[in-house]
Amino acid sequence: MSEIEKIIPIEVLRYRPEQDTEPVLQTFQVPFTDDMSVLQGLQYIKDYLDGSLSFRWSCRMAICGSCGMMVNGIPSLSCKTFLRDYYPVGLRIEALAHFPIERDLVIVMDDFIEKLESIKPYIIPKKPRTLIEGEYLQTPTERDAYEQFSSCINCMLCYAACPQYGLNSKFIGPGIMALLHRYNIDSRDGGKAQRMEMVNAEDGVFDCTAVGYCSKVCPKHVDPGNAVNLNKMESAKDYFLRFVMPKGTGK
Amino acid sequence: MSANLKRSNQPIFWLLFGAGGMLSALLGPMLVFITGIAIPLGLIFSPETMSYSHMHAFAHHWIGAGFIWVIVSLFLWHAGHRIFHSLHDVGIHAGTLARIICYGIPLLATVLAARSLIPSLI
Ligand code: SF4
Ligand code: FES
Repeated sequence: MSEIEKIIPIEVLRYRPEQDTEPVLQTFQVPFTDDMSVLQGLQYIKDYLDGSLSFRWSCRMAICGSCGMMVNGIPSLSCKTFLRDYYPVGLRIEALAHFPIERDLVIVMDDFIEKLESIKPYIIPKKPRTLIEGEYLQTPTERDAYEQFSSCINCMLCYAACPQYGLNSKFIGPGIMALLHRYNIDSRDGGKAQRMEMVNAEDGVFDCTAVGYCSKVCPKHVDPGNAVNLNKMESAKDYFLRFVMPKGTGK
Repeated sequence: MSANLKRSNQPIFWLLFGAGGMLSALLGPMLVFITGIAIPLGLIFSPETMSYSHMHAFAHHWIGAGFIWVIVSLFLWHAGHRIFHSLHDVGIHAGTLARIICYGIPLLATVLAARSLIPSLI
């Protein structure tokens, strides 16, 4: 920090279950340089001001999806958001909206993980191949079909953005739908019929009211809102085609 | 997420909503202009265009009757679904009563419109 030191006030939502009955705001004065992310601001607080502050992070480069929080009320990756953009007014950091708080900025993500498991986020081969038959091949075009939806880093920003998830956390939600879609449209996959059960369910895709904020906050341009919308049509087809076609209208 | 995998019936309402939305976007403004502004003011069309006898004849042809029926019912299905899902934003809990009202009105209107249009065809 060779240049003149700038100080920015950072308000952090604290919740320490052993001493707080409810979350409280605490302000820290943090010296920063222009290249410092919000995450680095929190790390400064933890290293020099209050070691008890808890938050999740790992990669520091928008790849792992651990550091999602509300920055001035907007779901953001704290490693991809910069302190300089909030100077001199300061900023407020809170735990991701719509999730229970475990401690400070750490949320309970069990709901998301359960949903993630439920959609079988892996390729279910149409016909198992033996080793001797070699890999499951795919053309570049077939790969392009799902690539965008495969960029999801499970950061849950879209869940914090979704008003419908906020109202009813049973709703399957945007990010999980994007991942479900990613496997359903993979040419090597044969698990669509199984996954459609989640899409068609009462708390499946139709809880969405096409707000679109999920796609706006997504740091990886996954466009989960589009995945949800595409699956409304898929589900509607599935709804009516099951009368015409035998069980498992997956394809 | 204690997996409630009961199939949702929403596809029916969502398709009616979607069809109504498409129609109202394409035809709504034009219909408002023709029936509400152009004809009463005698712009483009003469005020006689929508006289009782003309409209009566229109409704007696199956194409005209079908058009009226589709416009009345699908516009309402669209509106009902949209209103139902927007209730929360104006602070009303979208429960069973709201559901009955929001989907009941379009259903009733669809049936009534069909009932009053079909006899005119026979
Ligand atoms: S879809 Fe985007 S916002 Fe949602 S979890 Fe995946 S990366 Fe995050
Ligand atoms: S620390 Fe990995 S995404 Fe921010």
